[in-house]
Amino acid sequence: MRPFDYYEATSLEEAVSLLGRYDGRASILAGGTDLLVEMKEGLRAPACLVNIKRIPGLDELSYTPGEGLRIGAAVTVRQVERHPAVRQHYAGLAQAACQLGSVQVRNRATVVGNICRASPSADTAPPLIADGALVCLFGADGTRTVPLEEFFTGPGQTVLRAHEIVTELRLPDPIPHTGQVYLKHGRRLAMELATVGVAVSLTLQDEICTRVRIVLGAVAPTPIRASEAEAVLEGRSPDSTLVSMAAVKAQEASRPIDDVRSSAAYRRQMVRVLTLRALEQALTRARQEDSP
Amino acid sequence: MKRLIRLYVNGEPHEVLVPVYRTLLDVLREELGLTGTKKGCDVGDCGACTILLNGEPVNACLVLAVEADGTQVDTIEGLAQVGEEGVRLHPLQESFLRLGAAQCGFCTPGMIMAARALLAENPSPSEEAVRFAIAGNICRCTGYTKIVQAILYAANREVM
Ligand code: FES
Ligand code: FES
Repeated sequence: MRPFDYYEATSLEEAVSLLGRYDGRASILAGGTDLLVEMKEGLRAPACLVNIKRIPGLDELSYTPGEGLRIGAAVTVRQVERHPAVRQHYAGLAQAACQLGSVQVRNRATVVGNICRASPSADTAPPLIADGALVCLFGADGTRTVPLEEFFTGPGQTVLRAHEIVTELRLPDPIPHTGQVYLKHGRRLAMELATVGVAVSLTLQDEICTRVRIVLGAVAPTPIRASEAEAVLEGRSPDSTLVSMAAVKAQEASRPIDDVRSSAAYRRQMVRVLTLRALEQALTRARQEDSP
Repeated sequence: MKRLIRLYVNGEPHEVLVPVYRTLLDVLREELGLTGTKKGCDVGDCGACTILLNGEPVNACLVLAVEADGTQVDTIEGLAQVGEEGVRLHPLQESFLRLGAAQCGFCTPGMIMAARALLAENPSPSEEAVRFAIAGNICRCTGYTKIVQAILYAANREVM
């Protein structure tokens, strides 16, 4: 690793002013599980690291009924995976969190970092989008909020401006009778980047789908919503024909690439298979929610 | 840029002056002479450098030493009890020894630290839970069967 300057910011203002002072040559350090690897491999050589883990409030992970979930920028994937309210109310996110890397990595990596890195295969992105997450940003011009769905602009690219920091993610409280699922396909069960990831969040009211979100990971330059697949189910009573049709629409929405982990054709097939399974499991969960 | 940091390693306080770009792994091995923690890949893939940071398993190669300022660090060296009657191995060390779960031994310290964290949280894990907990620890010798057996054996003796 190339030497760098190191600061432990104690406030967001201080962190942003450091980013400004180094003008593009400083990196935010939270979990470090991607950043330090890239620095060791010579892919990045920041002149300065700004550790944000000691900024008060960024370690907040809390659930309030009626309001929802807040995940601060310093909250680790492991904390999210273990949090009882996450397991109960955001089952898709909990599934994604426990499938990210190893325990050792999850103890350091942050959910916000997973988002900021903007890898198309980021495990936490599809369930967070399906749950309607908002990204809270802090910069020299103040704060702003962006839906996570609009946060990614390409592989490694986001709407984050220079000298701006993601402070937290906010997730609305799910409507009753909502079932959430995240399914991931890889060559092995653990320690794997997703070949395909599918998140579903759907709400059933009297056997009618009132809100359907189907989000695909690793099959396009950014995580994408399969809107046409959602429309197949929205407002309808879900039966196996409709579920299969939605899965085909999801497959059509995917634009995967060939790479070392899998061919594009295989990925497209797996989108259909995983969407089908995820929808079935989400329906089961939504129905179970009927009898609390 | 250097910083003075305080680490509590296996219960003992240490003050070390470290360059900010040094990893906790390098500081443990090179400054403190604790070479039981191994460096395999140095990029978070192999788990050979697994230590406990405030009780949780992490890859020491992916932690800057400055980030660990003020923390409790547990390494393989702290496991065996050294008393008047000599050295008493930790139950995990005992079972790895007895069941032949180490061949070259390079992965063993990391495996044992990962297993220790698992058993602290879940004293009687299923085989699946054991395999899940050591998914980030690579062994190129044993094929894992003996390692999994050794962890289960240590758990069943209920002496953690
Ligand atoms: S040396 Fe740290 S994970 Fe391989
Ligand atoms: S015993 Fe040789 S790597 Fe595991």
